[in-house]
Amino acid sequence: MATLELRRIEKHYGGVHAVDGIDLQIADGEFLAILGPSGCGKSTTMRMIAGLEPPTHGDILIGGEVVTHLPPRLRNVSMVFQSYALYPHMSVAENIAFPLRVRHVARAAREQKVAWAAGLMGIEKLLQRRPARLSGGEKQKVALARALVRDPTLFVFDEPLSSLDAKVRAMARSELRLLHDRTGITTVYVTHDQIEALGMGDRIAIMEAGRVRQVGTPQELYAHPADTFVASFLGTPPMNLMEREDHIVGFRPEFVHVATGAGGDDGALRIPAKIFELEFLGADWQVYAHVGDGDDTHRILARMDADEVKQLRVGETAELAVRRDHLRYFDKATGRRIEHVGV
Amino acid sequence: MSASETTVGGGRARPGAGDRGGLLGGLMLAPAIVYIIALVGVPFVLAIALSVSNATVGAPGIHGFVGLANFASALHNAAFGFALRNSIIVTLATLIVTIVLAVGESELLAHHFRGKWIWQILIILPWAMPVSLAAVNWLWLLDSQFSPVDWILRQVHLLGPGTLWGPANHMYYYGREWLGLGSITAINVWRLLPLATIIVLAGRTSIPHDIYEQAQVDGAGFFRVLLRITVPALGPILIVVTMFTALMVFGDMTLVAITTHGGPGYTTQLLPYWAFVQGIEGGALSQGAAVALFMFPILLAAAIFALRLAFRSANQ
Repeated sequence: MATLELRRIEKHYGGVHAVDGIDLQIADGEFLAILGPSGCGKSTTMRMIAGLEPPTHGDILIGGEVVTHLPPRLRNVSMVFQSYALYPHMSVAENIAFPLRVRHVARAAREQKVAWAAGLMGIEKLLQRRPARLSGGEKQKVALARALVRDPTLFVFDEPLSSLDAKVRAMARSELRLLHDRTGITTVYVTHDQIEALGMGDRIAIMEAGRVRQVGTPQELYAHPADTFVASFLGTPPMNLMEREDHIVGFRPEFVHVATGAGGDDGALRIPAKIFELEFLGADWQVYAHVGDGDDTHRILARMDADEVKQLRVGETAELAVRRDHLRYFDKATGRRIEHVGV
Repeated sequence: MSASETTVGGGRARPGAGDRGGLLGGLMLAPAIVYIIALVGVPFVLAIALSVSNATVGAPGIHGFVGLANFASALHNAAFGFALRNSIIVTLATLIVTIVLAVGESELLAHHFRGKWIWQILIILPWAMPVSLAAVNWLWLLDSQFSPVDWILRQVHLLGPGTLWGPANHMYYYGREWLGLGSITAINVWRLLPLATIIVLAGRTSIPHDIYEQAQVDGAGFFRVLLRITVPALGPILIVVTMFTALMVFGDMTLVAITTHGGPGYTTQLLPYWAFVQGIEGGALSQGAAVALFMFPILLAAAIFALRLAFRSANQ
């Protein structure tokens, strides 16, 4: 178990800066999710942590030691690939035992460790099978057991759930998090799925275009996005962003309500909007509305419960409101968050 | 086909010969079957008939039935023992060297490095060379008097009076038992390596790349990855290469005919060339057929074994 630190890490491919100066500190036993759209450099970052690619600039420290130029086998980092990368010609037991074989662990100790890892993942019955005869979920468990078996100092996951179907995925999420809590191994989890990042990460680092946009707990990121990218990336649907004279105002769809009363000076944002469509989502409704007119039209989304939606009619204009403490402001030029703006 | 579809398609829309799977399949298979029967089946049956007759080149008709007499006399000929032994030795040696080199070369070519294209061309070149040119080339390279290999050995003082391989000034590659067999093996490797490399390389590039990265992360070094990941994953491909290499070497008579002619004595004789020498040059057609048929069970057993292995690993 160890801390992980990235210091001004850069990776250039020709003239392209895939990773463009990343600083990250991950505490011992922490579960950090790196979240970002495809091509943001998150996979490259992870490959540099595992030692599969050398960084162009910067340093990587594991447990306080500089490992920047060490090959993977000297880092004791366990990695689970998106495809699980099981060795096709080996049985499940041989797959799990491989990292131990490489380290010349004696046979008795090896078998004991394999049994332990298989037990932890609940795959004792699969040990004699070949990977070709496993389901996606089973493959994932074998890959995890193989990653676990050698007591790594660091776990690195590359979108390990993306090849599972939706039903299995929810289950696998909680199992993975449970596994982390039980072993306490420092974990870096790369994903483009915000549900995974929000649900599993102690903290999330949001990446875009080779840079980290914001690092924080899922709650911090959701409630206080550092810039318009994070605001529009996190949340389904994401934060509504409306341009005003000198800044951008943002608010989450679930905080939009139908205005009540005459509207005093409570500082709430009042939005006269034309209701465009009402969409039933089961637990609640999604409201599509247009604000403004002519060239200056914004589309905003709102989440409302059934009672509130009853007050709305498609095609009619309604007065919507967002409470003052739910409003977030961003600089128009930089997109960075700014503190309160006088209304 | 339903009536509605015929109106949609318009024009010719009745089921033709192409729609009847059985007939079309038969038609398309027919040329291959005719070809195999004419060029493999008929000669094979003819060889069996000849081997139990007393036919000669002068009187090739299959008349007198002599039972297994031809096989018995073939076995008692001293040359046959040499030919059988040498065929097995040359085949095994060629196999081992070819496969080791093919795996090595494909491992090299699976990676990216500067000037890779030159290697690729060099590796494929022997395959593109006309057989006659290659024969002249190898005759000169290993010539008893003018071999440039000998010249190089003399220059580095390994050959000539008072040196390691002296005192003679020449190695006489085609004139000595083990050098002759070694030369035949070397030329076999030279001509079969390109195809073997291409086949192995195709298998090598089809192994998913992330398995190699996983092995790296798991801590495996180069040779462990090669022996525990690459070679087992290449399994079925290596069986194919083994089979085609073995058949090409074991059944080949041209190399020995051009180089050593089986000499000195019978010490570098090979089965297919011995069958040719007996049956055609010696005129004893029935004897030649008998010798040639000795190869058949060996080749058949090897082919069945290899195919079984291939199917077993494919089914796992």
